[in-house]
Amino acid sequence: MLGFIRQTVCNRGVSVSKSQLRFLVPGGRNYASGAKEMTVRDALNSALDEEMSADSKVFIMGEEVGEYQGAYKITKGLLDKYGPDRVIDTPITEAGFTGIAVGAAYHSLKPVVEFMTFNFSMQAIDHIINSAAKSNYMSAGQISVPIVFRGPNGAAAGVGAQHSQCYAAWFGACPGLKVLAPYSSEDARGLLKAAIRDPDPVVFLENELLYGESFPVSAEVLDSSFCLPIGKAKIEREGKDVTITTFSKMVGFALKAAEILEKEGISAEVINLRSIRPLDRATINSSVRKTNRLVTVEEGFPQHGVGAEICASVVEESFEYLDAPVERIAGADVCMPYAANLERLAVPQIEDIVRAAKRACYRSTSMAATG
Amino acid sequence: MALLRRSSHLIRPLTSPTLTASNLTSYLRHSFSSLDDTPITVETSMPFTSHNCEPPSRSVETSAKELMTFFIDMATMRRMEIAADSLYKAKLIRGFCHLYDGQEAVAIGMEAGITKKDCIITAYRDHCIYFCRGGTLLGTFAELMGRKNGCSNGKGGSMHFYKPESGFYGGHGIVGAQVPLGVGLAFAQKYNKEDHVSFALYGDGAANQGQLFEALNMAALWDLPAIFVCENNHYGMGTAEWRAAKSPSYYKRGDYVPGLKVDGMDALAVKQACIFAKEHSLKNGPLILEMDTYRYHGHSMSDPGSTYRTRDEISGVRQERDPIERVRKLILAHDIATEKELKDIEKEKRKEVDDAIAQAKESPVPDPSELYTNVYVKGYGVEACGADRKGVKAVLP
Repeated sequence: MLGFIRQTVCNRGVSVSKSQLRFLVPGGRNYASGAKEMTVRDALNSALDEEMSADSKVFIMGEEVGEYQGAYKITKGLLDKYGPDRVIDTPITEAGFTGIAVGAAYHSLKPVVEFMTFNFSMQAIDHIINSAAKSNYMSAGQISVPIVFRGPNGAAAGVGAQHSQCYAAWFGACPGLKVLAPYSSEDARGLLKAAIRDPDPVVFLENELLYGESFPVSAEVLDSSFCLPIGKAKIEREGKDVTITTFSKMVGFALKAAEILEKEGISAEVINLRSIRPLDRATINSSVRKTNRLVTVEEGFPQHGVGAEICASVVEESFEYLDAPVERIAGADVCMPYAANLERLAVPQIEDIVRAAKRACYRSTSMAATG
Repeated sequence: MALLRRSSHLIRPLTSPTLTASNLTSYLRHSFSSLDDTPITVETSMPFTSHNCEPPSRSVETSAKELMTFFIDMATMRRMEIAADSLYKAKLIRGFCHLYDGQEAVAIGMEAGITKKDCIITAYRDHCIYFCRGGTLLGTFAELMGRKNGCSNGKGGSMHFYKPESGFYGGHGIVGAQVPLGVGLAFAQKYNKEDHVSFALYGDGAANQGQLFEALNMAALWDLPAIFVCENNHYGMGTAEWRAAKSPSYYKRGDYVPGLKVDGMDALAVKQACIFAKEHSLKNGPLILEMDTYRYHGHSMSDPGSTYRTRDEISGVRQERDPIERVRKLILAHDIATEKELKDIEKEKRKEVDDAIAQAKESPVPDPSELYTNVYVKGYGVEACGADRKGVKAVLP
C-alpha cells in the first residue's frame, strides 16, 4: 500500500524525499555496489538522457515535456541539459505535432513523441498508422520512419472513461508498427533504448501507476549500452501447471496471483510479454506446451484484445497440448466508471487471475455463471 | 491593382535543374543557336496579390533554354497523364488515379525556382511532381500498372510515388496529412541547420483541414522554413470552393502568416513565387502560396468532372489559360523555335511516353515474396503470415 501512496503523491507533484534523491542522481549511480533500486520514472528518464546524449538526431516533442519537466516528470531535467531545440514543448495539437514529428523522421531525425496519455493519441492516430507505420511498405523501403511514440497507457486511478483506455490491441494489430509495453525498470530502460535505436515506428506503452514503483536493477541494466531485444517476452516466474501471459501493470498482479496459487499447490509460469508487436509466439507456445494451460491477462477491453490474439495463436500452434480451454482475464466490457468501487470492478484484480488459473486447472469449486 | 514595387533582388539568374544545353539539344532534331542562358524578361499574366507582405515583381527573368525546358517537360507531363487515362480505361491501372493535366505549370515552375535539396510533399495527385523531381516515365507507368519496375516497386500505386533522394517525400492518400508532414520536413531542415525549405502542397479541399492550421501555428511559432502551397483548382472532389470554404481566399487564411496569390497556369509566375517564398521563408518562417490553377480531368478517373461544373468552363480555361499554350506563345514570340519544331517535340514526347508504356507492360509483376518485404526496416526474424495462417509464412529480415 505504501508503494501506491507514494505513487499517488508523486503524481500530485509532491516530492517524497527518497524518490527526490533519485532525481538528483540520474540512474542512481551514486549508490554503493550491491542491489540497486530504480523507479520506472528514473529508468525512463535515464534512458532518454543516454540516447539523446549518444545521438544528436534524437529529440523529444510533446506537451509540457520541457519547462513543466514532463506531466509525469519523465522528461525532468532534459530541457536544461539539451536545450529547447531538442526538448520541444508543443501546443495542445496532437494531430499537428505528431504529423510534424513523423515528417521530421522522414528527413532522418529521430523523434520521441510524448502523448500525455495514449487517449490523446487518437487525435493523431492517422499519422501513427497511415503516415508512420505504412510508409516503409508503400515506398518499398525508400522512406523509413525511426520514431517513438510514448506515454502512459491504460487505466490510472479515478480518471474516468475518456482517460483510461488501453491501446495495446489497436496498435498491436497494425503491420509496420512495433508495440512495446514495459513492466519493470529494467524493461523501461532496455525497451525504451531499443525503441529509440530502432529504425521503425515504435509505440511505447507505459503505465502511470508504475512510474513511482521501484525495481532492483543490476549494473548491466544501468550501463548506457544496455538494450533489450524487441519481440522477446520474459519469463518472470517459472512454473509447470499453468501459463499466465500478461503485460505492464498486470505483470505485478500476476506475480502476486502466482504466490497465492503456489500456496494452493498450483505452480504458475508468468510471462511478461514486453512486446505486443511482434508478439513472442515462440515463448508463449513453448510455455503452454510445458504447462498445458493458459490464462491471458490484460487491463484493456476484452473484445479483439491481446488475450484474444494469444488464445488464437495457441490454438493454431499448440492445440493438442491444451488440457483445458484458454481462460481470459481482461477489463470489463464497459467504459471506465469513476466511483472507486465500480472502477475496482472494471479492471482485473489479483483474485480474478487466481480464480481463472484455478479454473484452468479444474480446481475451482463453482463453475463460472452462464446465461 | 496593387501598386507593384520592382524588387530587383528577386530577379535571380537562372539555374536550370532539369536540362543542360547539351542534353536539351539531344531531345531535338535540330540544334537551336538561341538555346542559351541569355536573360529574357517576361511579365507574368497578372500581378501577384499579397497578404501581409510585399509581393514580388511581375517581371520574371527567364531564358530560351528555360522556356524550352518548360515546354518539353509540360508536354511530356500532359501526354503522360492523358496516356494514364487510357490505361485506366483499359483496366491496366486499378484503384484510384488522380490526374494533373492542366496543373503542369505548378510542378514545373516550382522546380525552376528551387533545388533538389529543398523538399516537396504532396497528396495523391502526385505523378507530375514525381516527374519534375527527376522521376522517370517508366517508373510512373510501371508503378501505375503495379509492376516491379515501378517507382515504389508496384507496392504503392498512383497515390504513393516517392523520390526522397531528390527531396520528394510522396505521395499521400489522406487529405491534409501531408501538410504537418511537410512542416516536419522543414523542422528537420532547420534542426540540421540546412539552408533549404520544404513545400507542402495541398488542394482547396484540404485547405479547411484542422491539422493544417495546427501545423501552421507551430511553423510560425518556431520560424520553420515551411511553405504552404495551396493548389487551388477550385473543386475539392465535386465540391466547389465556395461551397466548402467560408473564405476561399486561401492565401489569406494564414492570418498572421503572409500569403501570395499566384496565377498557377503561368509557369514563370509560379517560379517567381517560389523563389520569393524560399527567400522569405529562410528568414521569416512560413508563407502561404495560393496557386490559382485548374484540372481538366475530374477529381479522379471515377469522376467525369462534369456533374458539378460545365463543359464550357473546362473548355474555356483550356482556351484561355492553358499552361503549355502560354509557353508555346512565348517561345514563338521570342523566335526560340518554330511552330513545326514544337509540334515535332510533342510528337517525340508522345513516342517516348508510348515507349515507356510498352516497356512498363513488359515489366514483371512483383514476386509473391514481395508481399512480406519492407514491413519493417528491421524485422528481427519475426514471422508474418499470409491469409491462411497455416499456409505460407515469411520471415521478416
